[in-house]
Amino acid sequence: MSFSNIRREDASRAVIVHAILLTYTLVALYPIFLVVINAFKTRKGIFKDPMGLPNADTFSLEGFTKVLAKSDFELFFYNSFSVTIITIVIVLLLAAMAAWALSEYKFPGNTVLALYLAIGIMVPIRLGSVSILNLIVDLGLINTLTALVMVYVAQGLPLAIFILTEFMHQIPKDLKEAARCDGVGEFKIFFAIILPLIRPAVATVAVFTMIPIWNDLWFPLILAPGDGKQTITLGVQQFIGQYVTDWNAVLASLSLAIIPILVLYLIFSRQLIRGLTSGAVK
Amino acid sequence: MAHSGPMTDWRKAKLPVIAFLAPATIIYTLFMIYPLLDSIRLSFYATPSGGEAAFVGLDNYRTILADPDWSSTFWNSFWNNMKFFAVHMLIQNPIGIALAGILSLPQLRFRNTYRTMMIMPTMLSVVIVGFIWQLILSPVWGVGADLLDIIGLKSLFGPWLGKEGSALITLSFISVWQWVGIPLMLIYAALLAIPDDLVDAAIVDGASHFEVFIHIKLPLVLPTVAMVSILTFVGNFNAFDLIYAVKGALAGPNFSTDIMGTLFYRTFFGYQLQLGNPHLGATVASLMFLIILAGVLFYLFAIQRRLARYQL
Repeated sequence: MSFSNIRREDASRAVIVHAILLTYTLVALYPIFLVVINAFKTRKGIFKDPMGLPNADTFSLEGFTKVLAKSDFELFFYNSFSVTIITIVIVLLLAAMAAWALSEYKFPGNTVLALYLAIGIMVPIRLGSVSILNLIVDLGLINTLTALVMVYVAQGLPLAIFILTEFMHQIPKDLKEAARCDGVGEFKIFFAIILPLIRPAVATVAVFTMIPIWNDLWFPLILAPGDGKQTITLGVQQFIGQYVTDWNAVLASLSLAIIPILVLYLIFSRQLIRGLTSGAVK
Repeated sequence: MAHSGPMTDWRKAKLPVIAFLAPATIIYTLFMIYPLLDSIRLSFYATPSGGEAAFVGLDNYRTILADPDWSSTFWNSFWNNMKFFAVHMLIQNPIGIALAGILSLPQLRFRNTYRTMMIMPTMLSVVIVGFIWQLILSPVWGVGADLLDIIGLKSLFGPWLGKEGSALITLSFISVWQWVGIPLMLIYAALLAIPDDLVDAAIVDGASHFEVFIHIKLPLVLPTVAMVSILTFVGNFNAFDLIYAVKGALAGPNFSTDIMGTLFYRTFFGYQLQLGNPHLGATVASLMFLIILAGVLFYLFAIQRRLARYQL
Protein backbone atom coordinates (compact mmCIF):
# COMPACT_ATOMS: atom_id res chain seq x y z
CA MET A 1 0.00 0.00 0.00
CA SER A 2 1.42 3.37 -0.91
CA PHE A 3 1.79 6.13 1.61
CA SER A 4 -1.01 8.24 0.15
CA ASN A 5 -3.40 5.29 0.30
CA ILE A 6 -2.82 4.94 4.00
CA ARG A 7 -3.48 8.61 4.53
CA ARG A 8 -6.71 8.48 2.52
CA GLU A 9 -7.84 5.49 4.56
CA ASP A 10 -7.05 7.32 7.79
CA ALA A 11 -8.99 10.34 6.62
CA SER A 12 -12.06 8.35 5.65
CA ARG A 13 -11.94 6.49 8.95
CA ALA A 14 -11.79 9.80 10.80
CA VAL A 15 -14.88 10.99 8.89
CA ILE A 16 -16.85 7.89 9.90
CA VAL A 17 -15.74 8.18 13.53
CA HIS A 18 -16.72 11.83 13.74
CA ALA A 19 -20.02 11.16 11.95
CA ILE A 20 -20.94 8.57 14.59
CA LEU A 21 -19.90 10.80 17.47
CA LEU A 22 -21.69 13.84 16.05
CA THR A 23 -24.86 11.85 15.47
CA TYR A 24 -24.94 10.62 19.02
CA THR A 25 -24.11 14.07 20.39
CA LEU A 26 -27.13 15.41 18.48
CA VAL A 27 -29.34 12.63 19.85
CA ALA A 28 -28.18 13.49 23.37
CA LEU A 29 -28.46 17.26 23.13
CA TYR A 30 -31.24 18.09 20.68
CA PRO A 31 -34.18 17.19 22.97
CA ILE A 32 -32.77 19.46 25.70
CA PHE A 33 -32.04 22.22 23.18
CA LEU A 34 -35.58 21.95 21.78
CA VAL A 35 -37.18 22.48 25.18
CA VAL A 36 -34.93 25.42 26.05
CA ILE A 37 -35.45 27.32 22.76
CA ASN A 38 -39.21 26.85 22.85
CA ALA A 39 -39.35 28.22 26.38
CA PHE A 40 -38.45 31.59 24.84
CA LYS A 41 -41.32 31.63 22.31
CA THR A 42 -44.94 32.68 22.14
CA ARG A 43 -47.54 29.95 22.18
CA LYS A 44 -48.00 30.43 18.45
CA GLY A 45 -44.28 30.12 17.86
CA ILE A 46 -44.10 26.92 19.88
CA PHE A 47 -46.70 25.21 17.72
CA LYS A 48 -46.07 26.76 14.31
CA ASP A 49 -42.32 26.40 14.18
CA PRO A 50 -41.16 24.15 17.04
CA MET A 51 -37.69 23.60 15.60
CA GLY A 52 -36.90 27.21 14.75
CA LEU A 53 -34.95 29.51 17.00
CA PRO A 54 -36.96 32.29 18.64
CA ASN A 55 -37.02 35.36 16.37
CA ALA A 56 -38.47 38.85 16.57
CA ASP A 57 -41.98 37.49 15.88
CA THR A 58 -41.94 34.54 18.19
CA PHE A 59 -39.71 35.67 21.06
CA SER A 60 -41.52 35.92 24.36
CA LEU A 61 -40.82 35.49 28.03
CA GLU A 62 -44.46 34.93 29.00
CA GLY A 63 -43.72 31.36 30.14
CA PHE A 64 -41.11 32.54 32.61
CA THR A 65 -43.28 35.38 33.91
CA LYS A 66 -46.11 32.92 34.51
CA VAL A 67 -43.91 30.40 36.28
CA LEU A 68 -42.38 33.01 38.54
CA ALA A 69 -45.78 34.53 39.28
CA LYS A 70 -47.72 31.33 39.90
CA SER A 71 -45.20 29.28 41.79
CA ASP A 72 -42.43 29.76 44.29
CA PHE A 73 -39.50 28.83 42.09
CA GLU A 74 -37.04 31.01 43.97
CA LEU A 75 -37.99 29.21 47.16
CA PHE A 76 -37.71 25.77 45.54
CA PHE A 77 -34.23 26.67 44.33
CA TYR A 78 -33.28 27.90 47.76
CA ASN A 79 -34.55 24.65 49.30
CA SER A 80 -32.66 22.47 46.82
CA PHE A 81 -29.51 24.55 47.24
CA SER A 82 -29.53 24.43 51.03
CA VAL A 83 -30.25 20.71 51.17
CA THR A 84 -27.58 19.89 48.59
CA ILE A 85 -24.83 22.13 49.95
CA ILE A 86 -25.34 21.20 53.61
CA THR A 87 -25.44 17.50 52.70
CA ILE A 88 -22.25 17.70 50.64
CA VAL A 89 -20.32 19.46 53.40
CA ILE A 90 -21.44 16.93 56.03
CA VAL A 91 -20.82 13.93 53.75
CA LEU A 92 -17.34 15.12 52.79
CA LEU A 93 -16.27 15.80 56.35
CA LEU A 94 -17.71 12.65 57.93
CA ALA A 95 -16.64 10.42 55.03
CA ALA A 96 -13.10 11.81 55.06
CA MET A 97 -12.83 11.21 58.81
CA ALA A 98 -14.13 7.64 58.51
CA ALA A 99 -12.02 6.90 55.42
CA TRP A 100 -8.93 8.17 57.20
CA ALA A 101 -9.57 5.98 60.24
CA LEU A 102 -10.23 2.94 58.06
CA SER A 103 -7.14 3.39 55.91
CA GLU A 104 -4.69 4.55 58.57
CA TYR A 105 -5.31 2.61 61.76
CA LYS A 106 -5.17 -1.09 62.49
CA PHE A 107 -8.00 -2.03 64.84
CA PRO A 108 -10.09 -5.15 65.38
CA GLY A 109 -13.00 -5.26 62.94
CA ASN A 110 -11.47 -2.80 60.46
CA THR A 111 -12.36 -4.87 57.39
CA VAL A 112 -15.79 -5.78 58.74
CA LEU A 113 -16.61 -2.14 59.38
CA ALA A 114 -15.41 -1.17 55.89
CA LEU A 115 -17.69 -3.83 54.38
CA TYR A 116 -20.59 -2.76 56.62
CA LEU A 117 -20.23 0.84 55.45
CA ALA A 118 -20.09 -0.36 51.83
CA ILE A 119 -23.49 -2.13 51.92
CA GLY A 120 -25.18 1.16 51.12
CA ILE A 121 -23.36 1.44 47.77
CA MET A 122 -25.43 -1.44 46.41
CA VAL A 123 -28.59 -1.46 48.52
CA PRO A 124 -30.88 1.48 47.70
CA ILE A 125 -31.94 3.47 50.77
CA ARG A 126 -35.44 3.82 49.27
CA LEU A 127 -36.24 0.28 50.29
CA GLY A 128 -36.23 1.45 53.92
CA SER A 129 -38.74 4.24 53.22
CA VAL A 130 -41.59 2.84 55.33
CA SER A 131 -39.39 2.84 58.39
CA ILE A 132 -37.64 6.10 57.49
CA LEU A 133 -41.02 7.82 57.40
CA ASN A 134 -41.86 6.42 60.87
CA LEU A 135 -38.48 7.56 62.17
CA ILE A 136 -38.85 11.06 60.74
CA VAL A 137 -42.35 11.36 62.20
CA ASP A 138 -41.08 10.19 65.62
CA LEU A 139 -38.27 12.74 65.48
CA GLY A 140 -40.80 15.46 64.64
CA LEU A 141 -38.95 16.26 61.43
CA ILE A 142 -41.73 15.64 58.93
CA ASN A 143 -41.95 18.33 56.26
CA THR A 144 -38.57 19.79 57.13
CA LEU A 145 -35.43 20.13 55.06
CA THR A 146 -33.51 18.60 57.98
CA ALA A 147 -35.25 15.28 57.32
CA LEU A 148 -33.97 15.34 53.73
CA VAL A 149 -30.44 16.24 54.84
CA MET A 150 -30.33 13.33 57.32
CA VAL A 151 -31.48 10.79 54.75
CA TYR A 152 -29.22 12.16 52.01
CA VAL A 153 -26.18 12.14 54.30
CA ALA A 154 -26.82 8.46 55.05
CA GLN A 155 -27.32 7.83 51.32
CA GLY A 156 -24.15 9.67 50.29
CA LEU A 157 -21.75 8.34 52.93
CA PRO A 158 -21.09 4.78 51.63
CA LEU A 159 -19.79 5.72 48.17
CA ALA A 160 -17.93 8.75 49.55
CA ILE A 161 -16.18 6.64 52.18
CA PHE A 162 -15.30 4.04 49.57
CA ILE A 163 -13.82 6.54 47.09
CA LEU A 164 -11.94 8.46 49.79
CA THR A 165 -10.52 5.28 51.38
CA GLU A 166 -9.08 4.25 48.01
CA PHE A 167 -7.68 7.73 47.65
CA MET A 168 -6.13 7.86 51.14
CA HIS A 169 -4.13 4.71 50.45
CA GLN A 170 -2.18 6.79 47.92
CA ILE A 171 -1.06 9.41 50.46
CA PRO A 172 2.71 8.99 51.00
CA LYS A 173 3.64 7.49 54.37
CA ASP A 174 6.57 9.84 55.00
CA LEU A 175 4.28 12.84 55.38
CA LYS A 176 2.35 11.48 58.36
CA GLU A 177 5.40 9.76 59.87
CA ALA A 178 7.33 13.03 59.82
CA ALA A 179 4.45 14.76 61.55
CA ARG A 180 4.20 12.02 64.16
CA CYS A 181 7.94 12.27 64.91
CA ASP A 182 7.44 15.97 65.54
CA GLY A 183 4.83 15.06 68.11
CA VAL A 184 1.81 16.37 66.18
CA GLY A 185 -1.46 14.94 67.54
CA GLU A 186 -3.65 12.56 65.54
CA PHE A 187 -6.50 15.08 65.19
CA LYS A 188 -4.13 17.75 63.95
CA ILE A 189 -2.54 15.34 61.45
CA PHE A 190 -5.97 14.73 59.95
CA PHE A 191 -7.27 18.28 59.89
CA ALA A 192 -4.01 20.09 59.03
CA ILE A 193 -2.24 17.59 56.76
CA ILE A 194 -4.64 14.98 55.37
CA LEU A 195 -7.77 17.05 54.76
CA PRO A 196 -6.01 19.55 52.44
CA LEU A 197 -4.38 16.64 50.57
CA ILE A 198 -7.63 15.01 49.48
CA ARG A 199 -8.80 18.05 47.52
CA PRO A 200 -8.49 16.28 44.12
CA ALA A 201 -10.93 13.58 45.24
CA VAL A 202 -13.35 16.10 46.71
CA ALA A 203 -14.74 17.18 43.33
CA THR A 204 -15.49 13.59 42.33
CA VAL A 205 -17.17 12.81 45.63
CA ALA A 206 -19.10 16.09 45.56
CA VAL A 207 -20.50 15.44 42.08
CA PHE A 208 -21.46 11.85 42.87
CA THR A 209 -23.18 13.03 46.04
CA MET A 210 -24.80 16.09 44.54
CA ILE A 211 -26.43 14.81 41.35
CA PRO A 212 -28.71 12.16 42.92
CA ILE A 213 -29.74 14.55 45.70
CA TRP A 214 -30.52 17.51 43.48
CA ASN A 215 -32.49 15.30 41.11
CA ASP A 216 -34.32 13.14 43.66
CA LEU A 217 -38.11 13.02 43.61
CA TRP A 218 -38.79 10.14 46.01
CA PHE A 219 -37.76 11.53 49.40
CA PRO A 220 -39.11 15.06 48.86
CA LEU A 221 -42.37 13.38 47.83
CA ILE A 222 -42.70 11.28 50.98
CA LEU A 223 -40.81 13.31 53.60
CA ALA A 224 -41.28 16.97 52.68
CA PRO A 225 -44.05 17.42 50.12
CA GLY A 226 -45.71 20.31 51.94
CA ASP A 227 -46.03 23.97 51.06
CA GLY A 228 -42.78 25.81 51.07
CA LYS A 229 -40.53 22.80 51.58
CA GLN A 230 -40.51 21.43 48.03
CA THR A 231 -37.20 20.95 46.28
CA ILE A 232 -36.90 22.08 42.68
CA THR A 233 -37.55 18.60 41.24
CA LEU A 234 -40.73 18.13 43.26
CA GLY A 235 -41.74 21.75 42.65
CA VAL A 236 -41.50 21.32 38.88
CA GLN A 237 -43.38 18.02 39.07
CA GLN A 238 -46.24 19.61 41.03
CA PHE A 239 -46.27 22.74 38.87
CA ILE A 240 -46.47 20.78 35.63
CA GLY A 241 -49.18 18.56 37.09
CA GLN A 242 -51.21 21.70 37.68
CA TYR A 243 -50.51 23.63 34.47
CA VAL A 244 -50.13 20.70 32.12
CA THR A 245 -51.94 22.41 29.24
CA ASP A 246 -50.04 25.68 29.50
CA TRP A 247 -47.16 24.95 27.15
CA ASN A 248 -45.32 28.22 27.75
CA ALA A 249 -45.30 27.70 31.49
CA VAL A 250 -44.36 24.02 31.24
CA LEU A 251 -41.43 24.67 28.90
CA ALA A 252 -40.24 27.60 31.00
CA SER A 253 -40.38 25.62 34.24
CA LEU A 254 -38.40 22.79 32.64
CA SER A 255 -35.79 25.23 31.36
CA LEU A 256 -35.47 26.82 34.79
CA ALA A 257 -34.74 23.38 36.21
CA ILE A 258 -32.34 22.40 33.42
CA ILE A 259 -30.15 25.49 33.06
CA PRO A 260 -28.52 25.67 36.52
CA ILE A 261 -27.58 21.99 36.55
CA LEU A 262 -26.08 22.27 33.06
CA VAL A 263 -24.02 25.31 34.05
CA LEU A 264 -22.75 23.51 37.16
CA TYR A 265 -22.01 20.44 35.08
CA LEU A 266 -20.00 22.37 32.51
CA ILE A 267 -17.96 23.95 35.31
CA PHE A 268 -17.26 20.66 37.09
CA SER A 269 -17.20 18.14 34.24
CA ARG A 270 -13.43 18.29 33.90
CA GLN A 271 -12.86 17.46 37.58
CA LEU A 272 -15.49 14.74 37.43
CA ILE A 273 -13.79 12.97 34.53
CA ARG A 274 -10.35 13.52 35.97
CA GLY A 275 -11.45 11.94 39.23
CA LEU A 276 -12.91 8.99 37.37
CA THR A 277 -9.92 8.39 35.14
CA SER A 278 -7.29 8.89 37.83
CA GLY A 279 -8.54 5.73 39.46
CA ALA A 280 -10.52 7.35 42.24
CA VAL A 281 -13.33 4.99 41.25
CA LYS A 282 -12.53 1.41 40.44
CA MET B 1 -8.24 -4.77 49.97
CA ALA B 2 -4.76 -3.59 48.97
CA HIS B 3 -2.90 -1.58 51.57
CA SER B 4 0.10 0.60 51.03
CA GLY B 5 1.99 -0.71 54.04
CA PRO B 6 1.58 -1.51 57.72
CA MET B 7 -1.06 0.64 59.31
CA THR B 8 -0.72 2.52 62.55
CA ASP B 9 -1.73 0.56 65.63
CA TRP B 10 -4.92 2.10 66.95
CA ARG B 11 -4.04 1.49 70.62
CA LYS B 12 -1.86 4.61 70.43
CA ALA B 13 -4.84 6.65 69.24
CA LYS B 14 -8.04 5.11 70.57
CA LEU B 15 -9.93 8.33 71.10
CA PRO B 16 -9.18 9.84 67.66
CA VAL B 17 -10.09 6.61 65.87
CA ILE B 18 -13.44 6.40 67.65
CA ALA B 19 -14.09 10.09 67.08
CA PHE B 20 -13.30 9.73 63.35
CA LEU B 21 -15.53 6.71 62.85
CA ALA B 22 -18.47 7.37 65.15
CA PRO B 23 -20.37 10.19 63.38
CA ALA B 24 -20.49 8.51 59.96
CA THR B 25 -21.25 5.09 61.41
CA ILE B 26 -24.04 6.40 63.65
CA ILE B 27 -25.86 8.44 60.97
CA TYR B 28 -25.48 5.65 58.41
CA THR B 29 -26.75 3.03 60.86
CA LEU B 30 -29.68 5.13 62.08
CA PHE B 31 -30.95 6.37 58.70
CA MET B 32 -29.97 3.53 56.40
CA ILE B 33 -29.27 0.15 58.01
CA TYR B 34 -31.86 0.39 60.77
CA PRO B 35 -34.69 1.44 58.38
CA LEU B 36 -33.79 -1.38 55.98
CA LEU B 37 -33.89 -3.99 58.75
CA ASP B 38 -36.93 -2.43 60.41
CA SER B 39 -38.80 -2.47 57.07
CA ILE B 40 -38.19 -6.19 56.84
CA ARG B 41 -39.48 -6.57 60.43
CA LEU B 42 -42.60 -4.51 59.61
CA SER B 43 -43.35 -6.83 56.70
CA PHE B 44 -44.13 -9.58 59.25
CA TYR B 45 -46.76 -7.45 61.01
CA ALA B 46 -50.25 -6.24 60.17
CA THR B 47 -52.62 -3.75 61.73
CA PRO B 48 -56.23 -4.95 61.87
CA SER B 49 -58.68 -2.04 61.48
CA GLY B 50 -58.61 -0.06 64.69
CA GLY B 51 -56.26 -2.48 66.44
CA GLU B 52 -52.61 -2.72 67.39
CA ALA B 53 -49.98 -4.06 64.99
CA ALA B 54 -49.61 -7.80 65.46
CA PHE B 55 -47.17 -10.41 64.24
CA VAL B 56 -48.65 -12.32 61.30
CA GLY B 57 -45.69 -14.34 60.05
CA LEU B 58 -45.59 -14.65 56.28
CA ASP B 59 -49.24 -13.59 55.75
CA ASN B 60 -48.30 -10.35 53.97
CA TYR B 61 -46.06 -12.25 51.58
CA ARG B 62 -48.86 -14.75 50.93
CA THR B 63 -51.16 -11.81 50.16
CA ILE B 64 -48.77 -10.14 47.73
CA LEU B 65 -47.66 -13.33 45.98
CA ALA B 66 -50.81 -15.47 46.05
CA ASP B 67 -53.91 -13.38 46.73
CA PRO B 68 -55.75 -13.01 43.40
CA ASP B 69 -56.15 -9.23 43.88
CA TRP B 70 -52.48 -8.66 44.55
CA SER B 71 -50.46 -11.36 42.83
CA SER B 72 -51.37 -10.41 39.26
CA THR B 73 -50.37 -6.79 40.02
CA PHE B 74 -47.12 -7.90 41.62
CA TRP B 75 -46.10 -10.27 38.81
CA ASN B 76 -47.15 -7.74 36.19
CA SER B 77 -44.83 -5.14 37.74
CA PHE B 78 -42.07 -7.72 38.14
CA TRP B 79 -42.13 -8.76 34.47
CA ASN B 80 -42.46 -5.16 33.34
CA ASN B 81 -39.37 -4.42 35.41
CA MET B 82 -37.54 -7.34 33.76
CA LYS B 83 -38.41 -5.91 30.32
CA PHE B 84 -37.27 -2.46 31.47
CA PHE B 85 -33.96 -4.02 32.58
CA ALA B 86 -33.60 -6.09 29.38
CA VAL B 87 -33.88 -2.96 27.21
CA HIS B 88 -31.14 -1.28 29.27
CA MET B 89 -28.87 -4.32 28.99
CA LEU B 90 -29.43 -4.83 25.27
CA ILE B 91 -29.46 -1.19 24.13
CA GLN B 92 -27.97 1.14 26.73
CA ASN B 93 -24.87 -0.85 27.69
CA PRO B 94 -23.80 -1.85 24.14
CA ILE B 95 -24.20 1.78 22.97
CA GLY B 96 -22.23 2.98 26.01
CA ILE B 97 -19.45 0.44 25.35
CA ALA B 98 -19.27 1.30 21.65
CA LEU B 99 -19.14 5.05 22.29
CA ALA B 100 -16.49 4.58 25.00
CA GLY B 101 -14.47 2.47 22.52
CA ILE B 102 -14.67 5.15 19.85
CA LEU B 103 -13.83 7.93 22.31
CA SER B 104 -10.72 6.08 23.46
CA LEU B 105 -9.27 5.83 19.92
CA PRO B 106 -5.79 7.38 19.79
CA GLN B 107 -5.43 10.90 18.37
CA LEU B 108 -9.15 11.62 18.33
CA ARG B 109 -9.90 15.32 18.08
CA PHE B 110 -12.59 17.00 20.24
CA ARG B 111 -12.59 13.93 22.50
CA ASN B 112 -13.40 15.90 25.66
CA THR B 113 -16.12 17.96 24.01
CA TYR B 114 -17.92 14.88 22.69
CA ARG B 115 -17.67 13.18 26.04
CA THR B 116 -18.96 16.17 27.97
CA MET B 117 -21.92 16.61 25.60
CA MET B 118 -22.87 12.93 25.49
CA ILE B 119 -23.01 12.64 29.28
CA MET B 120 -25.19 15.71 29.70
CA PRO B 121 -28.59 13.93 29.81
CA THR B 122 -27.28 11.77 32.66
CA MET B 123 -26.90 14.85 34.84
CA LEU B 124 -30.53 15.93 34.50
CA SER B 125 -33.28 14.94 36.87
CA VAL B 126 -35.22 11.85 35.78
CA VAL B 127 -38.40 13.87 36.28
CA ILE B 128 -37.22 16.60 33.93
CA VAL B 129 -36.13 14.02 31.34
CA GLY B 130 -39.54 12.37 31.56
CA PHE B 131 -41.31 15.68 30.90
CA ILE B 132 -38.94 16.63 28.06
CA TRP B 133 -39.77 13.43 26.20
CA GLN B 134 -43.44 13.60 27.06
CA LEU B 135 -43.55 16.95 25.27
CA ILE B 136 -41.49 15.78 22.30
CA LEU B 137 -43.57 12.63 21.84
CA SER B 138 -46.87 14.47 22.34
CA PRO B 139 -49.06 14.28 19.24
CA VAL B 140 -50.44 17.70 20.25
CA TRP B 141 -47.09 19.38 19.64
CA GLY B 142 -46.12 17.12 16.76
CA VAL B 143 -42.40 17.86 16.92
CA GLY B 144 -41.66 14.14 17.24
CA ALA B 145 -43.38 13.49 13.91
CA ASP B 146 -41.47 16.41 12.34
CA LEU B 147 -38.18 14.91 13.54
CA LEU B 148 -39.05 11.49 12.13
CA ASP B 149 -39.98 13.21 8.87
CA ILE B 150 -36.35 14.36 8.52
CA ILE B 151 -35.22 10.74 8.26
CA GLY B 152 -38.29 9.76 6.23
CA LEU B 153 -40.03 7.72 8.92
CA LYS B 154 -42.97 10.00 9.71
CA SER B 155 -45.46 7.19 9.08
CA LEU B 156 -44.10 5.33 12.12
CA PHE B 157 -45.05 8.11 14.54
CA GLY B 158 -47.86 7.42 16.96
CA PRO B 159 -48.98 8.23 20.51
CA TRP B 160 -46.41 5.74 21.81
CA LEU B 161 -46.61 6.80 25.45
CA GLY B 162 -50.37 6.48 25.48
CA LYS B 163 -50.73 2.98 24.03
CA GLU B 164 -50.71 -0.11 26.20
CA GLY B 165 -48.50 -2.01 23.78
CA SER B 166 -45.78 0.60 23.41
CA ALA B 167 -45.74 2.75 26.58
CA LEU B 168 -43.31 0.59 28.58
CA ILE B 169 -40.83 0.16 25.75
CA THR B 170 -40.96 3.91 25.01
CA LEU B 171 -40.26 4.74 28.66
CA SER B 172 -37.40 2.23 28.63
CA PHE B 173 -35.86 4.01 25.65
CA ILE B 174 -36.23 7.38 27.36
CA SER B 175 -34.42 5.95 30.37
CA VAL B 176 -31.72 4.49 28.09
CA TRP B 177 -31.26 7.92 26.47
CA GLN B 178 -30.65 9.42 29.88
CA TRP B 179 -28.42 6.75 31.41
CA VAL B 180 -26.08 5.86 28.51
CA GLY B 181 -23.65 8.24 30.22
CA ILE B 182 -22.98 5.78 33.06
CA PRO B 183 -21.56 2.87 30.98
CA LEU B 184 -19.92 5.46 28.75
CA MET B 185 -18.07 7.13 31.63
CA LEU B 186 -17.10 4.01 33.57
CA ILE B 187 -15.96 1.98 30.57
CA TYR B 188 -14.12 4.94 29.08
CA ALA B 189 -12.22 5.33 32.36
CA ALA B 190 -11.38 1.60 32.35
CA LEU B 191 -10.21 1.74 28.72
CA LEU B 192 -7.87 4.63 29.50
CA ALA B 193 -6.22 2.52 32.21
CA ILE B 194 -5.06 -0.11 29.68
CA PRO B 195 -1.30 0.24 29.17
CA ASP B 196 -0.39 1.73 25.78
CA ASP B 197 2.33 -0.82 24.95
CA LEU B 198 -0.25 -3.62 24.84
CA VAL B 199 -2.22 -1.80 22.17
CA ASP B 200 0.83 -0.49 20.30
CA ALA B 201 2.28 -3.99 19.96
CA ALA B 202 -0.91 -5.24 18.30
CA ILE B 203 -1.09 -2.22 15.96
CA VAL B 204 2.52 -2.74 14.88
CA ASP B 205 1.60 -6.36 14.13
CA GLY B 206 -1.01 -5.06 11.69
CA ALA B 207 -4.22 -5.32 13.74
CA SER B 208 -6.92 -2.72 13.05
CA HIS B 209 -8.28 -0.53 15.83
CA PHE B 210 -11.53 -2.49 15.68
CA GLU B 211 -9.71 -5.80 16.13
CA VAL B 212 -7.68 -4.34 18.98
CA PHE B 213 -10.89 -3.22 20.67
CA ILE B 214 -12.66 -6.59 20.30
CA HIS B 215 -9.73 -8.88 21.09
CA ILE B 216 -7.62 -6.89 23.52
CA LYS B 217 -9.40 -3.95 25.11
CA LEU B 218 -12.89 -5.38 25.59
CA PRO B 219 -11.73 -8.56 27.38
CA LEU B 220 -9.62 -6.38 29.70
CA VAL B 221 -12.56 -4.19 30.70
CA LEU B 222 -15.02 -7.05 31.20
CA PRO B 223 -14.93 -6.59 35.01
CA THR B 224 -16.13 -3.01 34.48
CA VAL B 225 -18.81 -4.23 32.06
CA ALA B 226 -19.97 -6.64 34.77
CA MET B 227 -20.01 -3.84 37.32
CA VAL B 228 -22.02 -1.63 34.96
CA SER B 229 -24.48 -4.49 34.50
CA ILE B 230 -25.09 -4.90 38.21
CA LEU B 231 -25.42 -1.12 38.65
CA THR B 232 -27.99 -1.20 35.83
CA PHE B 233 -29.88 -4.03 37.54
CA VAL B 234 -29.99 -2.29 40.92
CA GLY B 235 -30.92 1.04 39.33
CA ASN B 236 -33.68 -0.47 37.21
CA PHE B 237 -35.27 -2.46 40.03
CA ASN B 238 -35.25 0.67 42.15
CA ALA B 239 -36.59 3.00 39.44
CA PHE B 240 -39.67 5.09 40.14
CA ASP B 241 -39.29 8.77 39.20
CA LEU B 242 -39.61 8.40 35.43
CA ILE B 243 -42.80 6.35 35.49
CA TYR B 244 -44.30 8.52 38.23
CA ALA B 245 -43.50 11.75 36.36
CA VAL B 246 -44.83 10.61 32.99
CA LYS B 247 -47.61 8.19 33.93
CA GLY B 248 -48.42 8.97 37.57
CA ALA B 249 -48.69 6.47 40.42
CA LEU B 250 -51.19 4.38 38.45
CA ALA B 251 -48.55 3.61 35.80
CA GLY B 252 -51.08 3.52 32.98
CA PRO B 253 -52.47 2.76 30.55
CA ASN B 254 -53.96 -0.15 32.45
CA PHE B 255 -50.80 -0.74 34.57
CA SER B 256 -48.78 -1.48 31.44
CA THR B 257 -45.88 0.66 32.74
CA ASP B 258 -46.12 -0.48 36.36
CA ILE B 259 -42.74 -1.47 37.82
CA MET B 260 -41.67 -2.46 41.33
CA GLY B 261 -41.03 1.15 42.40
CA THR B 262 -44.49 2.41 41.43
CA LEU B 263 -46.13 -0.67 42.98
CA PHE B 264 -44.22 0.02 46.21
CA TYR B 265 -45.38 3.64 46.22
CA ARG B 266 -49.04 2.75 45.62
CA THR B 267 -49.04 -0.04 48.19
CA PHE B 268 -47.40 2.20 50.79
CA PHE B 269 -49.37 5.42 50.20
CA GLY B 270 -52.52 4.16 48.54
CA TYR B 271 -54.21 5.62 45.49
CA GLN B 272 -57.75 6.62 44.64
CA LEU B 273 -60.03 4.45 46.81
CA GLN B 274 -57.41 2.05 48.09
CA LEU B 275 -55.85 3.13 51.38
CA GLY B 276 -52.12 2.99 51.90
CA ASN B 277 -50.78 0.10 53.93
CA PRO B 278 -47.31 0.46 55.48
CA HIS B 279 -47.04 -3.25 56.24
CA LEU B 280 -47.84 -4.37 52.73
CA GLY B 281 -45.60 -1.55 51.49
CA ALA B 282 -42.77 -2.91 53.62
CA THR B 283 -43.48 -6.35 52.17
CA VAL B 284 -43.12 -5.08 48.60
CA ALA B 285 -39.90 -3.27 49.62
CA SER B 286 -38.57 -6.49 51.19
CA LEU B 287 -39.33 -8.40 48.00
CA MET B 288 -37.48 -5.71 46.01
CA PHE B 289 -34.61 -6.09 48.47
CA LEU B 290 -34.53 -9.86 47.86
CA ILE B 291 -34.51 -9.37 44.08
CA ILE B 292 -31.68 -6.82 44.28
CA LEU B 293 -29.78 -9.00 46.75
CA ALA B 294 -30.09 -12.01 44.43
CA GLY B 295 -28.66 -9.90 41.59
CA VAL B 296 -25.77 -8.58 43.69
CA LEU B 297 -24.88 -12.05 45.03
CA PHE B 298 -25.00 -13.49 41.53
CA TYR B 299 -22.61 -10.75 40.44
CA LEU B 300 -20.23 -11.21 43.36
CA PHE B 301 -20.02 -14.99 43.29
CA ALA B 302 -20.75 -16.07 39.73
CA ILE B 303 -19.42 -13.23 37.60
CA GLN B 304 -16.81 -11.19 39.44
CA ARG B 305 -14.95 -14.25 40.72
CA ARG B 306 -14.77 -15.86 37.29
CA LEU B 307 -13.63 -12.61 35.66
CA ALA B 308 -10.96 -11.96 38.28
CA ARG B 309 -8.95 -14.91 36.95
CA TYR B 310 -8.40 -13.18 33.63
CA GLN B 311 -7.05 -10.01 35.18
CA LEU B 312 -3.53 -8.86 34.43
